[in-house]
Amino acid sequence: MRDSVGIGVAVGAAGLAFGTTAVTAGLSPAQAVFTSLFVFTGASQFALVGVVAGGGSLVAGVLGALLLGARNTLYGLRLADLLGWRGPRRMVAAHGVIDETTAVTLAQPDRASSRLAFITSYSVLGTFWVLTTLVGASATDRVHDIDALGLDVVGPAVFLGLLWPRLREGGPRAWFVSGLGAGLALATTPFLPPGVPVLLSACAACVALLGPAPSSPAATTTEATDDTEGAGR
Amino acid sequence: MTLWIALIATAAGCYLLKYAGLAAPRSVLDNPWVQRFAVAVPLALLAALIAVEALGDGQTLAWDGARMAGLGAAVCALVLRAPFLVVIVAAAATTAGMRALGWG
Repeated sequence: MRDSVGIGVAVGAAGLAFGTTAVTAGLSPAQAVFTSLFVFTGASQFALVGVVAGGGSLVAGVLGALLLGARNTLYGLRLADLLGWRGPRRMVAAHGVIDETTAVTLAQPDRASSRLAFITSYSVLGTFWVLTTLVGASATDRVHDIDALGLDVVGPAVFLGLLWPRLREGGPRAWFVSGLGAGLALATTPFLPPGVPVLLSACAACVALLGPAPSSPAATTTEATDDTEGAGR
Repeated sequence: MTLWIALIATAAGCYLLKYAGLAAPRSVLDNPWVQRFAVAVPLALLAALIAVEALGDGQTLAWDGARMAGLGAAVCALVLRAPFLVVIVAAAATTAGMRALGWG
């Protein structure tokens, strides 16, 4: 419960930041709240509105958001056996598969407590996320000079907060993949429509496939738990 | 209107990605290469997003001193293991302060 409140506050802060960034990018408060309610996975939402802000191609923006959202598939795979839901319940639960709910749920010892942890974290985080998006979006809608308040730095700062724990835990390979991704994106920015360079940077991830064969999957099942600090807001 | 379509497409796509995970056969997860790739993609994308949003202005690259100082403040806050909210506020306040003072 204490964990849920702690994560709830962090998610609330990110929700405020998302509402702010979305309206800064040109979304209406209604569109910002719709996004938080239905896309419901922080990094993808920030990526999409980032492209909108840059006046980029919406197709590239959607594709970038989906690429970032693909890690939730991995979380779903981990949660499937643990939760053991089928049919309509599984369809509802799918919406709540994000970094934070996965981290909280994977930390539970058995099915009953996993289900309880998932339902609790999903409802607490979901409520916080949508409400704080509404607050951030409505407040920003009344601000006329975005730059004077430094709100243009909120987007990159959020991404930095998401990236940081991954770098801290990922070692030199993580730094290399990130550096290469950033370099590729910057180098192609002058030649490609906004949004596309970010997509292209995903190629840098292929570098991670080089080198010695990865260790057994058993060693990586704790990852989502380690991820909890920054992921998915 | 096109923006609404993009939002709805993203919502649908992100939902399907989540659902696919819950419904897919577990053997997919046992492939270590899938694991490794899935961990690496967010690394590359997040770093690219930071770079492009910090230094890009449409299709040109531009150095905005105040914005970069804000990001520097965010890095300091992260190194000090500050809570997420503090990181964001430090970044925005630094950028706003620099601009108010006419620096950067």
